[in-house]
Amino acid sequence: MTELTRMTAVDLAAGIKKKEFSAVDVAKAHFDQIAAVDKKLNAFLFIDEDGAMAQAANVDKKLASGEFLGPLAGVPVAVKDIFTQKDIPTTCGSRILENWRPPYDSTVVSRMKNADMVLLGKVNMDEFAMGSSTETSAYGPTTNPWDTSRIPGGSSGGSSAAVAGFLAPLAVGTDTGGSIRQPAAVTGTVGVKPTYGGISRYGIVALASSLDQAGPFARTVLDAALLHQAIAGYDPLDSTSINQPIPDFVAAAKHKDIAGMKLGIVKEFAGEGYQAGVLNRFNEAVAILRNLGAEIVELSCPSFTYALAAYYLIQPSECSSNLARFDGMRYGLRVDDGDSSVEQVMAATRAAGFGPEVKRRIIIGTYALSSGYYDAYYGSAQKVRRLIADDFNAAFSQVDALISPTSPITAFKIGEKLNDPMAMYLNDICTIPVNLAGVGGMSVPIGLADEDNLPAGMQIMAPVMCDDRMYRVAGALESALVSSWGGLLLDKAPRL
Amino acid sequence: MSKLSRDELRSIADLARIALTEAELDQFSSQLDVILDSVAKVQEIVNDEIKPMSHALDINNVFRADVVGNSLSATDALAAAPASEDDRFRVPRILEEE
Amino acid sequence: MNLFEFENVITDFKPVLGLEVHVELNTKTKVFCSCPTNFGASPNTNVCPTCLGLPGSLPVLNEKAIESIIKIGLALNCQIAPWSRMARKNYFYPDMPKDYQISQYDEPICFDGFLDVLVPNGDDSSKIRIGIERVHLEEDTGKLTHAGGFTGRIHGADYSLVDYNRAGIPLVEIVTKIIPDTGELAPEVAKAYVATLRDLIRNLGVSDVRMEEGSLRCDVNVSLMPIESNQLGTRTETKNVNSLRSVERAVRFEMQRQAALLKAGERVKQETRHFHENDGSTSPGRSKEQAEEYRYFPEPDLLPIAPDSKWIEQLRSELPETPTAKRERLKQAWQITDFEMLAVVNAGALDLIEATVELGTDPSAARKWWLGKITRIANERGVELEQIDITPAQVAEIDQLVATGALNDKLARQVISSVIAGEGSPGEIVQKQGLAVVSDDSALLDAIKEAIVAMPEVVSKIQDGKLQASGALIGAVMKATGGKADAAKVRKLLFDYLGVSQD
Ligand SMILES: [Mg+2]
Ligand SMILES: [Zn+2]
Repeated sequence: MTELTRMTAVDLAAGIKKKEFSAVDVAKAHFDQIAAVDKKLNAFLFIDEDGAMAQAANVDKKLASGEFLGPLAGVPVAVKDIFTQKDIPTTCGSRILENWRPPYDSTVVSRMKNADMVLLGKVNMDEFAMGSSTETSAYGPTTNPWDTSRIPGGSSGGSSAAVAGFLAPLAVGTDTGGSIRQPAAVTGTVGVKPTYGGISRYGIVALASSLDQAGPFARTVLDAALLHQAIAGYDPLDSTSINQPIPDFVAAAKHKDIAGMKLGIVKEFAGEGYQAGVLNRFNEAVAILRNLGAEIVELSCPSFTYALAAYYLIQPSECSSNLARFDGMRYGLRVDDGDSSVEQVMAATRAAGFGPEVKRRIIIGTYALSSGYYDAYYGSAQKVRRLIADDFNAAFSQVDALISPTSPITAFKIGEKLNDPMAMYLNDICTIPVNLAGVGGMSVPIGLADEDNLPAGMQIMAPVMCDDRMYRVAGALESALVSSWGGLLLDKAPRL
Repeated sequence: MSKLSRDELRSIADLARIALTEAELDQFSSQLDVILDSVAKVQEIVNDEIKPMSHALDINNVFRADVVGNSLSATDALAAAPASEDDRFRVPRILEEE
Repeated sequence: MNLFEFENVITDFKPVLGLEVHVELNTKTKVFCSCPTNFGASPNTNVCPTCLGLPGSLPVLNEKAIESIIKIGLALNCQIAPWSRMARKNYFYPDMPKDYQISQYDEPICFDGFLDVLVPNGDDSSKIRIGIERVHLEEDTGKLTHAGGFTGRIHGADYSLVDYNRAGIPLVEIVTKIIPDTGELAPEVAKAYVATLRDLIRNLGVSDVRMEEGSLRCDVNVSLMPIESNQLGTRTETKNVNSLRSVERAVRFEMQRQAALLKAGERVKQETRHFHENDGSTSPGRSKEQAEEYRYFPEPDLLPIAPDSKWIEQLRSELPETPTAKRERLKQAWQITDFEMLAVVNAGALDLIEATVELGTDPSAARKWWLGKITRIANERGVELEQIDITPAQVAEIDQLVATGALNDKLARQVISSVIAGEGSPGEIVQKQGLAVVSDDSALLDAIKEAIVAMPEVVSKIQDGKLQASGALIGAVMKATGGKADAAKVRKLLFDYLGVSQD
């Protein structure tokens, strides 16, 4: 039998239901793997072994008593440390929230609990989700299972590393400008940023409220679809969640037939900064899609050129306001010499509790929102956003979905770009327009770049509330690639 | 685009309630320059005709009914408080001119 | 501090007012979460992740709050915005859980309305139209208690304690346009505006508008311009003035203070000021010389508010009678003059008198009791009429006792005092204190006979037809019975005894 930690979520759930192994066996195997290799990855910030084993035992008990169980019952999942989980530390990778235990569950967490999934613990991330490398975490960087001297992407790098490193078959992350898709791409995993409003943001510590969206990580497209299906849907606690029936992602992932679908390649995504090996894999994947019967069209989205600049104004602006609450008054760190005024205590707490990247973005955002600059900065950026959404609409009137490389480059070395904010942002050049427009985007592995034998990903983008289209394209592509590789791309990764 | 002066940066840090060190002021002002220059790019294509997009979704009027739900106990509310007294959050003295 | 004589302020300067009133709505739940809003709950029990601003929490708008503000807007003759957004107002303060307040910026739900108020002007009254700039929705903050200092005030405190029960209670902010050219009436206009607004909102049933509990709070902006100029002066904003009388005093004080400064060639500093109940003065608070940097931007966690005309018309149809219409109706019903009605309104007695009349009391009698003894007691205590512990039902009961002859006016006033002092119901008090009118005819007749014997010359005058002379005899009887006789009855018995016709 395959090792439990190398099985897909689908196979784990089926095996548990058929009593080939128990949910407790599955959880135990994953905790053993975590104990064995997480020293090298530093993916987990908190391991909830007691809670997870109790959840697993409960699944086995329900199964024994013949209770109905959902499609992911007993399947372990790693949770990005940005989701609140009642009584479980939620740090957002920051000192300022060290030891904070929220009194409530995020909607994503409560839906996974209701689906009888086994929550293994909380995984690392860039501090407050600011970064593309998981290096800004106050708790040390997470490494890439393909090469532990490299970054696992970010900000959801703990999630991507946990899935790629076989510490968890599934993980949840969040994506504000590419924080699910880019780490998925550089670790050879599948990562999905749903339509904005497709998954509740309730209980997700906000970076940029109008851009943030949660989504699944998995090793296969079908596994991602199953997790997506479990956590998606309207939530009255999030005003921006969409009150509409959710499409059938699972059926779409299984569909495999893309004959006659029209796929668009956006001209503006071509440009400098792309690694040759990444482009090679992308072009091969495009050829495969064409062979599968898809029509490939090149089209133009002229305003995408301005996406990065607009993102750079909106994201820090919203973050400067969202992070104001970390002031040491109600929870988290307080730096108080006993003699200072509340103003001084707040300023000292935030100075000590936030890392440099967080401070930098708060300063930029505060500046961008200051009077005299609002219209020129935030207001103009919102206009660019409108233009980008219009471009997407125009494109989707011609094609069913858009495709691009996910990240222009493969995983870089830890420390390599840490002091170059603009270089860091360039990782997100292809992913950012998706967040600005609120459409869906996902990344699927398309092979290893020739130069460095590191994973590259293809991004598939679909219109608002048509996330099922991404799964249909990704499922077909994955199926063709996996048969050419003779297994998952991740099987090629070195054993840790 | 005018560059950010050090004094300007300091007043923004005050507004953001972050006590920046001199070293951080130096570091950020040099980094901010790079970023502020890129901001000028946005100005290239915007005009008065474009309606700003504050929400990705074109949805209005999302309301809840005025029905009482669950609240936390004072114990749970105060569980993470750095300091509390008499079921209230205790905070340092507030400076205000009188 | 130098104060300029009020009369002289007017000859040299034109006061300009602006009033910002915050009203807490009486919804069952908070504006963005489902926590209850009841006053007086134990600290930090009406709280949840959202109103505590915990990381990850999100706001969801209370529909009732939107309905309430639209009703207020309609009652204030405002336009209702077909599309508006909530905005974040960013500033750090420990009573504000998120360190930003969800409020509205350049897109208020209601804007451009007016409210007519009546103010006494000599022996007459003037109707003044107050322009309403905007009416917007926002959330209240938590409540701070200052500890460790000896004054219990923020200044000099060692630390503060925060109760977030109030955080997130829906607040409606009503901002007037500039109110120019009110001259010497300025203090009265400010007071009358707040009183009229309070009546209007209470009438809508959307708030308890209790100034003493803080569910109606007023910020008073005052500036002066030289009489020959049209250049607006520097204004001050006196914060949280919490009674009608204080509103009037705050305006008066600021006019006198600012005039003294300007006369001395000094300038008025733009600042917020605190009002002091004890002496009616104001003192400087935060300086506003530097523009506030609130970094407003549209609240991304909430979607736009776009009431359609059907909804607005539905809400309009639910509006109760306006205070103006109500005054007109009651003025007719009670057959009183504008000036008399103004006295009723300014005493804050309209609803109380109406309620008393509804219980069967004659309108003029109801006005007499409320505007007489009870108002005097309220004035002595420096509180609002409605805060006096006597109900319309009790007043109606007292009046009934007078109507049946069981009490006379003097005794009735005594009963009113006792009711207010908490000594029991009118009936109980009459009994306990033996206040009832002496109605035993034989006892009264004995007193009448004594008086006749003592004043034979008065008797002769009456018998000569000079009926008005009877006052002396009646007075003597009243004195003999300790004021507990019904004067009309004494008069009748006297004339019957003397065999003289009363007419
Ligand atoms: Mg306000
Ligand atoms: Zn609440």
